[in-house]
Amino acid sequence: MVEQSIGRSVLRKEDMRFITGNGRYTDDINLRGQTYGYFVRSPYAHAVVGEVDALAAQTMPGVIAVLTGKQVAEDELGSLPCGWMIHSKDGSEMKHPPHPVMAATKVNYVGEPVALVVAESFAEAKNAAELVSVDYEELNAVVSASDAQSSPDIYEEAPRNTCYEWELGEKDATEAAIKGAAHVTRYTLTNNRLIPNALEPRAAIADFNRGTEELTLYTTSQNPHLARLILTAFVQLAPEHKLRIIAPDVGGGFGSKIFVYSEETALAWASMKLGVAIKWTAERAESFLADAHGRDHVSEAELAMDEEGNFLALRVKTTANMGAYLSTFASAVPTYLYGTLLAGQYKTPNIYVEVDSVFTNTAPVDAYRGAGRPEATFLVERIVELAAKELGIDPAELRRKNMIKPEDFPYQTPVALEYDIGDYEASLNKALKMADYAGFANRKADSQANGKLRGIGFSCYIEACGLAPSALAGSLGAGVGLWESGEVRVNPTGSVTVLTGTHSHGQGHETTFAQLVASRFGISVDDVEVVHGDTGKMDFGLGTYGSRSLSVGGSALAVAADKVIEKGRRIAAHLLEGEVDNINFEDGEFRLKESNRSKTFQEIAFAAYVPHDYPIEELEPGLAEKAFYDPVNFTYPAGTHICEVEIDPETGVTEITKFTAVDDFGNIINPMIVEGQVHGGIAQGVGQAMLEQCVYDESGQLQTGSYMDYCMPRADDLPNFTVGMTTTVCTHNPVGAKGCGEAGAIGSPPAIINAITDAIGVRDISMPATPEKIWRAVQEVKT
Amino acid sequence: MSISVQLNVNGKPVSVDCPANTTLVELIRERLELTGTHVGCDTSQCGACTVHLNGRAVKACTILAAQCEGTEVTTIEGLGDTDNLHPMQEAFRECHGLQCGFCTPGMIMSAVDLVHRESSINEQIIREGLEGNICRCTGYHNIVRAVETAAKKMRN
Repeated sequence: MVEQSIGRSVLRKEDMRFITGNGRYTDDINLRGQTYGYFVRSPYAHAVVGEVDALAAQTMPGVIAVLTGKQVAEDELGSLPCGWMIHSKDGSEMKHPPHPVMAATKVNYVGEPVALVVAESFAEAKNAAELVSVDYEELNAVVSASDAQSSPDIYEEAPRNTCYEWELGEKDATEAAIKGAAHVTRYTLTNNRLIPNALEPRAAIADFNRGTEELTLYTTSQNPHLARLILTAFVQLAPEHKLRIIAPDVGGGFGSKIFVYSEETALAWASMKLGVAIKWTAERAESFLADAHGRDHVSEAELAMDEEGNFLALRVKTTANMGAYLSTFASAVPTYLYGTLLAGQYKTPNIYVEVDSVFTNTAPVDAYRGAGRPEATFLVERIVELAAKELGIDPAELRRKNMIKPEDFPYQTPVALEYDIGDYEASLNKALKMADYAGFANRKADSQANGKLRGIGFSCYIEACGLAPSALAGSLGAGVGLWESGEVRVNPTGSVTVLTGTHSHGQGHETTFAQLVASRFGISVDDVEVVHGDTGKMDFGLGTYGSRSLSVGGSALAVAADKVIEKGRRIAAHLLEGEVDNINFEDGEFRLKESNRSKTFQEIAFAAYVPHDYPIEELEPGLAEKAFYDPVNFTYPAGTHICEVEIDPETGVTEITKFTAVDDFGNIINPMIVEGQVHGGIAQGVGQAMLEQCVYDESGQLQTGSYMDYCMPRADDLPNFTVGMTTTVCTHNPVGAKGCGEAGAIGSPPAIINAITDAIGVRDISMPATPEKIWRAVQEVKT
Repeated sequence: MSISVQLNVNGKPVSVDCPANTTLVELIRERLELTGTHVGCDTSQCGACTVHLNGRAVKACTILAAQCEGTEVTTIEGLGDTDNLHPMQEAFRECHGLQCGFCTPGMIMSAVDLVHRESSINEQIIREGLEGNICRCTGYHNIVRAVETAAKKMRN
């Protein structure tokens, strides 16, 4: 009998190739006769594009062609679409100015592609690009979200630079509750702008085959099928069946590789036009300029309470920066992934949120690890902390008092979502214990005796993952379905090939999904191979984002595997000369009840492919099944994060002395991988809270365009993490899993800022809380 | 201008004619097709391209091939293979010290050098010693554990 693999920390199958240097990332691939592309990018944030003089570049050695935005327009390539339609309060559709593949008449952010140089070598392409002369007539730039609505319009079709003015919740009831409340806590905040910085820069190779007229695009994508759909249905680059997209090993995504960008689109178009294979790999400077950025919200919030601290109402007004163009999912992030999460873990009866999304002359802003949910969690968990301080109630107890209780599920929030299950207090209690909250006062006294400031901060987060029932998402404006496909192919020898429409770029699906399927079949994890990332191999899929892969993609595989077992039972019934109803499948064997007769999984597989003794009249040969799984609800991972810090008041240098995360992800397949996801998420949360800030100057020039200027979390910036789990099983998918990829980045930032403000004794400090800001805050408190 | 460079890579003599401005990482990736060494930035900050030059960790994007005449270069492919893993490679796998795998070869090469050059190893030394290598996935927690684990094996 093979050991049950679910719940075991099986070492990752994918690791052997990565630790030996045998990973195969896009830039590791070189095709015969391949040429190289280099983009000419706008040096201005906002300018009219005049003549593009490419003559000098075209005569440089090795240069094959210089293609411009004007040629893109002449070839009538479609605009890069945004896949989620948001309607404003007045019912009007969001403003969606065209997003050209390369700019022809006007540039709208620094780094926007204007021309593509194709040459025989990378150096030749890059050198020639410097000789492309573009006439620009510079215009005033709009940079900050706060100023956008009072600045000159970037687009004629978007007055006041406004994309949409969205609302959710009961406005009047919320206002009335706030008016009548015993206490109202008010908070104005900024959620800082971030640059995702997956360590592998984006890259692509477009390879047009003139013989078959097929275009193969290798690209660093989290969702190759979605990229194919967009490039065919919207950009109209090639027919869907003639376009194959391969996303091989991908070095991290964090959202930034969901989107379809100008670069791979231009490359694919150029490869078809020129009949050559073209490779482009972003230099890190290009990643900073032209990867979709994250977050960038400005908000005002009011939390109303009665005398006892019971939450009565939450009102929020947010302005969200979309950047210069609507990226692939940009419009959904500050709306359905943000406003809907403002209930948090609490029974706040009245909630009303307004979101104005605005255009600016900055890089497009879209989903970045957490996408909307970190913004909601930061707002809720900061204002709850402030309320606790104002009311003089222990912040843990104020949270506990207002939490949705286990008996309240399913719980309908006032902001559209219905939480299926959870036990928030269990996570809080476990976290308090693991963080030794009871001992905090003593530790604080010790720090004080050493001239240090010590603080503790909480965050009780919830997120909505596994997006979402397709019909519901469609009714809210989604342009795609949100199901997932899975195929389980049992090979004649009994080994199994699993194909999934999700994509793994660090999450370890090759192991987790193998465990999931192996456990259903009672076979070894080593006998299951997971294949992903190639539209030529598997059915259509929606890819990986929003912590959906296991809860949606894994569910598809579970359903497909169960279909295999059902067919296996019918084959076994024939071979064992019994009724199908009398065949049990357990521990990898099909057994005829009340007999000692059985067939192994492998024997059944062989019989299916060599159907000599087989119920051929009623059953097709072969043993491979597919499933398309559409979720019936979101999943709702939740938990408590507690951060403890010690600050040196002389320097502002802050050490996270302990970071505790207790999460409820439902059923867990591989605890090692899940903990790793939590660690990584927290690290990105620490980055947002203490280190990272994207800065544009007032003319729209990016000031943080390299690792010299943009502070990435490094090994000596971070502590070890204390991670624990509680479990309530997701009620509506066959795996019982909720998703774990984003929780760390969602839960941690408010816990950190709550700890820092607690230590200093100051009401607020903006993210990132750098040593300088902290030192200044300490000085202000002193005086 | 083209130059000729003779060096030893992963124990094998190599002779390459290349433009004078070729960096070591270009030579390794493009000419020798050893693609385990990665490029993650253009300012020598991320460490994804770390290899050993005469036994010491260097960022291969910052060294010209011309400077490597007569040197011994070891890349991740030369450190150990599937059948004969280096203790550091093994520890990264055992401790889940990698996720997307992109920073991993550089991180492993830096970590091996760190263990060689430090007389003792603890968490703080590891965290400070790996400050030149960025990982966006793991939060470093398991990388630190991996280096601690490997250091014990390497010293036995």
